[in-house]
Amino acid sequence: MSALLTVNDLKVSFNTDDGVVRAVDGISYSVEPGATLGIVGESGSGKTVGTMTIMGLTRAANTEISGQAIFDGEDLLRASEQQMRAIRGDEIAMIFQDPLASLHPFFTIGAQLVEAIRVHNDVSKAAARTRSAELLTMVGLSDPKQRLSSYPHQFSGGMRQRVMIAMALANEPRLLIADEPTTALDVTVQAQILELIAELQAQSGTAMIIITHDLGVVAEVADEIAVMYAGRIVEQGSATELFSSPQHPYTRALLDSIPRLDRDRSRALEPIAGRPPSLISPPSGCAFHPRCPLAFGRCPDELPALEPTAPGSQHLVACLLSSESRSAER
Amino acid sequence: MIRYILRRLLWVVFLLFAVSLITFVIFYLLPSADPAALRAGRQPNPALVESIRHQLGLDQPWYVQYGRYMKNLVFHFDFGFSYQNGVPVRQLIFSRLPASISLAAGAAVLWLVVGIGVGVIAAVRPRTKLDRASMGLALVGISAPVYWLGLVALYLFSADIGLIPILPGANSYVPLSEDPAAWFTSLIMPWCVLAVSFAAFYSRLLRGNLTEVLSEDYIRTARAKGLSERRVVFRHGLRSAITPIVTIFGLDLGILLGGAILTETVFNIPGIGRLSYASIVRSDLPVIQGTVLLGAFFIVFANLLVDIFYAFLDPRVRYQ
Amino acid sequence: MSAADPLVEVRDLEMHFPLSRGVILQRQYGAVRAVDGVSFSVGRGETFGLVGESGCGKSTTGRLIMRLLEPTAGQVLFDGEEITHFGRRQLAPLRRDAQMVFQDPYSSLNPRKTVGSIIAEPFIIHREAREAGERRREVRELMDRVGLNPEHYNRYPHQFSGGQRQRIGVARAIALRPKLLVADEPVSALDVSIQAQIINLLQDLQGELGLTLIFIAHDLSVVRHMCDRIAVMYLGKIVELAETERCFSQPRHPYTGALLASVPVPEPSVAASGRRPVLKGDVPSPSAPPSGCRFHTRCPKAQSLCAQQEPALSEQPGGSLAACHFPLEGYSSSS
Repeated sequence: MSALLTVNDLKVSFNTDDGVVRAVDGISYSVEPGATLGIVGESGSGKTVGTMTIMGLTRAANTEISGQAIFDGEDLLRASEQQMRAIRGDEIAMIFQDPLASLHPFFTIGAQLVEAIRVHNDVSKAAARTRSAELLTMVGLSDPKQRLSSYPHQFSGGMRQRVMIAMALANEPRLLIADEPTTALDVTVQAQILELIAELQAQSGTAMIIITHDLGVVAEVADEIAVMYAGRIVEQGSATELFSSPQHPYTRALLDSIPRLDRDRSRALEPIAGRPPSLISPPSGCAFHPRCPLAFGRCPDELPALEPTAPGSQHLVACLLSSESRSAER
Repeated sequence: MIRYILRRLLWVVFLLFAVSLITFVIFYLLPSADPAALRAGRQPNPALVESIRHQLGLDQPWYVQYGRYMKNLVFHFDFGFSYQNGVPVRQLIFSRLPASISLAAGAAVLWLVVGIGVGVIAAVRPRTKLDRASMGLALVGISAPVYWLGLVALYLFSADIGLIPILPGANSYVPLSEDPAAWFTSLIMPWCVLAVSFAAFYSRLLRGNLTEVLSEDYIRTARAKGLSERRVVFRHGLRSAITPIVTIFGLDLGILLGGAILTETVFNIPGIGRLSYASIVRSDLPVIQGTVLLGAFFIVFANLLVDIFYAFLDPRVRYQ
Repeated sequence: MSAADPLVEVRDLEMHFPLSRGVILQRQYGAVRAVDGVSFSVGRGETFGLVGESGCGKSTTGRLIMRLLEPTAGQVLFDGEEITHFGRRQLAPLRRDAQMVFQDPYSSLNPRKTVGSIIAEPFIIHREAREAGERRREVRELMDRVGLNPEHYNRYPHQFSGGQRQRIGVARAIALRPKLLVADEPVSALDVSIQAQIINLLQDLQGELGLTLIFIAHDLSVVRHMCDRIAVMYLGKIVELAETERCFSQPRHPYTGALLASVPVPEPSVAASGRRPVLKGDVPSPSAPPSGCRFHTRCPKAQSLCAQQEPALSEQPGGSLAACHFPLEGYSSSS
């Protein structure tokens, strides 16, 4: 099966008054049809900028973009604005973190759904409205007819996110980009939304990129996971492999620094020293080296490439240490 | 909603009552020229002044005068007579009102179109030369005093003294009912002059609002839907950015309907503004009272309309 | 289940925020029952957790204990003294002995003041360490103690990262060696890699200074890691109050059970081992809470009794307190 989306050496930098921000510094990944890729990282890791760029939403005079993002045989980074508009919301749809802020406060839910349908389909308002009501039923909202005339502020957080999902799936996209879809929600509602997304994805066969800082969330939904740090992917692999044998010191440190319900309570947390790097003047060599407990002589000088952990393995890591010495230190 | 409007209307009545009382009290507390003496003309004899005073009711205590004034106003919609020339104030006001409305309404259309247009253009091209130039110019527009602008305009364009005499100058106002074409040309210059600072202010305000709105998450959602940039800006962006403008517009228009004193004076337009200015100079209480009440009515009523309109614009207010 | 030597005790605490209409003639047409009859006590040196989802009243409870709000009913006792209706002047000692750390390290520090003067503020307000040199020395010691470089004394908050700003907030809070620290979501605005730093800092300080800590959070994993005992809140009420270990291994209230099951675990094998029980719907509005047991509208075990009669917080086998007519039995979470 050929990939639905293949990203090659994507780089995004912004010229700001303070200097050039290298938000994304050469990332490559691919998403198979129907599969789910999880991109994990902290704020400033470039996880959001990368997908926004693929959607053509970061184009501006002060932005420099290079690389490729091949979707369906076409390079999205070189597509015209008009071509991108036809793809956005139709072939590729997005849902965002804060469902209240992401819905227009002055328009009814119905108007916003109808608009999303009619941008890409030549259908009457009435037909689009009927379809909108179906979509609301699909995402588990009762009284869809009545809900269509409601405004976002009349809904609860979970309901709003359901509306966002309905809007994203309105045109049966082949790829769904979910950027922190449950971060603003309560934990019991988060569970509902994750289950809903998984269910709908299974029904429709939509591929998904889920972006989050929450390792628990990706573990739950993603098949493949990429861990980002300072604009680069530092580790990538199947969810099972990545969590059972994390290879990059950053991935390990992340897993060791969070309290977990499935671990002994008295286990001391191992914080990651220091703070996330500046993207204007990132550390030389491996950007993680100033915070890395295993850093050695070469780390400040050499940029590690993302390579298989073992010959032929799909599990990739960008670290100068050999896998033996990484394991030995563990 | 209806109950809300009724309550607000009661407020309007109460406020107007308070305004009239305060105007009356101020007039009596502050030293001013004796209206009777002014009316009596040059070198009046004391007996004549006394008889005029009696005739105008000025020899009675102020609260009696106020009571009589309010009684006539409430029951007969009678604003009394000018001390100056005995003309009914109601008639004075209604004869002057069309000029003020003409001036304010025309200028309002002009400043809305220009202000919103420039604001949108600057906001969608932030930090470009066009943006900086228009916002810089707007700052000049806000700072320029309207009477100075008026004189400069007359000096440049008026038919009598202008360097490029293409427009009728001061004192050329013709009522709409007499000659629409002349009405229009006579008001072009006053409209432009009056609209400059408003247009400048509105464009800066709108640019600020719209720039902020365009960075909102729901604008990102609109773009992610695949909408055209035009639709994103005009339907989704402007819809939110314009709401604060509506509030200010209502108030500005309300104030101007009560008379644009400076513009009316520079261009010699017989409107409410000049009437109120003249009445203050002549201590003509009934006329002062009438113009103040009219101005207050426009402001308070505009406020009410703005609030009602706002509820239609912003559903979050509506459903509270 | 009350602490032996309580520093803080609240009894039947209630905070109803009135909802009113009108400008001049205000009429109250309802109330947000943010906290609605909450009782517990916190022992000296204990870490007590308040957990729940948005709208459960955990933050309001914290503010009531700090007496930043005056309760509409019930009592607050601090160090054996009732402070429920103390006025401004009477509260002065409490303002020294009880301190708070807030969620957002960005907005809770004055951007125009240097870090040194922010941390020195408590000394000035409470007229301690009057001499400037002494004050500066104290502040430098505090900065060192919370892991900030004392040389950064003259920097402004914006020159620090989120984690460092939270350290500044902590330094300010412990400056006067308070007896009680109320931490309201102290790590939820921070990056994952930074959270552990602050959690460890709070734990270390608690040990060193013998602090009593009330830890308010929505993140169950963090609460489990930090706290000795926890109270789970739902719509203004405590539904379960238990020792942390017991609460997580044997939740008695179905809401606690559902909360625990909802937390995603970074372990794909656990996630793959079948779907977890998921609660239906959202939390109802605290201005119109459901009748009877407030959880009955979402409870998988609800029966008709639950809609009619409100269950009291009562002792369950094993020593936990739970407010449920049909508590869970022998359930064990993922651990």
